[in-house]
Amino acid sequence: MTPAEMRADVAAATGGNSGRGSYRRLLRASNTYIGLLPFFVYSAIFLALPTARVAFLAFRDQDDHWTLSNIFESFHGVYLLSFQRSIQLSLVSAITGAIFGFIAAYAITVSKIGFLRRIVQTASGVFANTGGVPLAFMFIATIGTYGLVTKGLKLVGIDLYKGGWTLFTFTGLILVYLYFQIPLMVIVILPAIDGLRLEWREAAATLGASKQQFWRYIAGPILLPPFTGALLLLFANSFAAYATAAALTSGTIPLVPIQIGSLVSGNVIADEANLGYALGLGMILIIGFVMTGYAILQRRTAKWLS
Amino acid sequence: MSKKLRVIAGVAGAVLAASLLAALPAEAASKANSATSAKSVGGLNKLIVLAKAEKELNVIALPPDWANWGEIIPAFEKKYGIKVNSANPDGSSAEEIAAVKALKGQDRQPDVVDVGLPFAVQGAAEGLFAPYKVSTWNDLPKGTKQAGGKWFFDYGGYIAIGYDTLKVSPAPTSLKGLLNAAYKGQVALNGNPTKSGAAFAGVFATALANGGSLNSVGKGLDFWKQMKKIGNFIPVEATPATVQSGQTPITLDWDYLQGKYSKESAGKVNWKVVVPSDAIYGGFYAQAVVKDSPHPAAARLWQEFLYSDEGQNLFLKGGARPIRLPAMQASGTANATYLANLPVLPAGSNPLFANLRQILAAKDVIGKRWGTL
Repeated sequence: MTPAEMRADVAAATGGNSGRGSYRRLLRASNTYIGLLPFFVYSAIFLALPTARVAFLAFRDQDDHWTLSNIFESFHGVYLLSFQRSIQLSLVSAITGAIFGFIAAYAITVSKIGFLRRIVQTASGVFANTGGVPLAFMFIATIGTYGLVTKGLKLVGIDLYKGGWTLFTFTGLILVYLYFQIPLMVIVILPAIDGLRLEWREAAATLGASKQQFWRYIAGPILLPPFTGALLLLFANSFAAYATAAALTSGTIPLVPIQIGSLVSGNVIADEANLGYALGLGMILIIGFVMTGYAILQRRTAKWLS
Repeated sequence: MSKKLRVIAGVAGAVLAASLLAALPAEAASKANSATSAKSVGGLNKLIVLAKAEKELNVIALPPDWANWGEIIPAFEKKYGIKVNSANPDGSSAEEIAAVKALKGQDRQPDVVDVGLPFAVQGAAEGLFAPYKVSTWNDLPKGTKQAGGKWFFDYGGYIAIGYDTLKVSPAPTSLKGLLNAAYKGQVALNGNPTKSGAAFAGVFATALANGGSLNSVGKGLDFWKQMKKIGNFIPVEATPATVQSGQTPITLDWDYLQGKYSKESAGKVNWKVVVPSDAIYGGFYAQAVVKDSPHPAAARLWQEFLYSDEGQNLFLKGGARPIRLPAMQASGTANATYLANLPVLPAGSNPLFANLRQILAAKDVIGKRWGTL
């Protein structure tokens, strides 16, 4: 073989070093990604661009000069308090939602009643997507001060509002958020629980493992990454919720999205929209942090449960 | 002339005619653009001609159930044959200013805005508005307009207590009286006072009733803190739905907006409106013409219409107090029937209006304290 023939051979075997071959490869590659093009365009227009704009405006003042004062102010006073409350609210509602959602998902998996599973799954899909003002109104109309359930319970001698608790407090808000947090947990964790194979349990039992040992050494470690991942997703879900809390508390519980609403699109505060963008940037960073954690945990989950 | 030549001549003629037509509004636009009164374009009739040539007017954030915009817009359309494009009717003042900035140079940019005082001042300071003085300019009292015509109040009202007589007893008459234990879980504001203008005014009014002043709104926050503590304050944003379902049977709002709460719930709700006896806090909205907007003549004609007797009486019909009301009462042009429908002011009452400095100071205090009630 001459060196030239050899090169041609190699080229043929590797799919082409020649211009024609690499063109074809490019074409194949572009064919693969062309389907994703709408997605990329969509993400660029509705996610990347607005994010970049918020980040830019967070560092500008009303007269269009560079400034750090918006960022500074977003870490002080009522805005710092709002970040604390928002994080508290999201943490508590995420943890509570995750626990109850896990129990529910585990129960329907173990029960092995097919139609129960389908009902719970479908219902969860609906509930998890309920939010906004309608959700707030549903709760006001049922367990608000003059709600149907409140009135009904009063008839049988139970006064929900006797101890000073109201729907419009921090715990009331958590209760409302659980309406969409628990179902979301059910949806997200079900596939992971399904992935827990019966064989593993049998194998463990054959080797003499107790139920506790099975959970401690096998199911626990396998389910921990998806559980934590789901927890983070729930956190992000409630962190960004706005309309429900706004309609239910009128800002008496300071939350970041509500402050942003007042700064950016209100009828009272003029001239401070850029501070709103700084708060928005803070939220984006927190969500980015949380979702990175979620992505990492997803990868670990995929190792075992795929 | 050959057939071909005739076609060419025809096309050329059409192009010429089209360019003439195009040139006409463009020239008119530049004339209206810098007009600071109807006189600058040669009188109201000339302004009407120019506005009709523009065919359209862009307005923003004018809810149909607010101060009678639902009737004012069609009345203007009908009178002048100009189509009104009403964008984002439930938008806020901040969104109006944002739209004016974001849509600059586009044919969708709002031609006129209706905003709260801080936003009018902001827009004027940022050079967004063109100066314009309506023909009835002198009827507007001093302090209700920017001297150069960059903005001017159009209508306003007082904070009033609305309540459902079917659920509320005794009938409230004062703001202080809302502390009565009988009103447990019944008293609502129209939203968040750091966002809603009416809720902000509601807090201001309670400050006045509790020993505060236009310069110190803190007493109002103490009041709502107490209201929250004893459980009378229900922090749900009052809407017609919450009123109809009985969740917010007592609601503070502008008197001219109280009507919406009972509009579609006849029989279920018996809504009464009372101006509180212990404090009357008033507020006005302001109109402004947007600088270099797409329909400059229509924008100015819109203002002439709003500030005419006809426009002002339409505000009055909606329960709002038009800015020219005192002058119209003096000249006898205010509609007596609409006037009689306004809530009665308590005898010897003295309505108070905050100026910009007082509003900004109150905004800071409420912004800091509302979230920690």
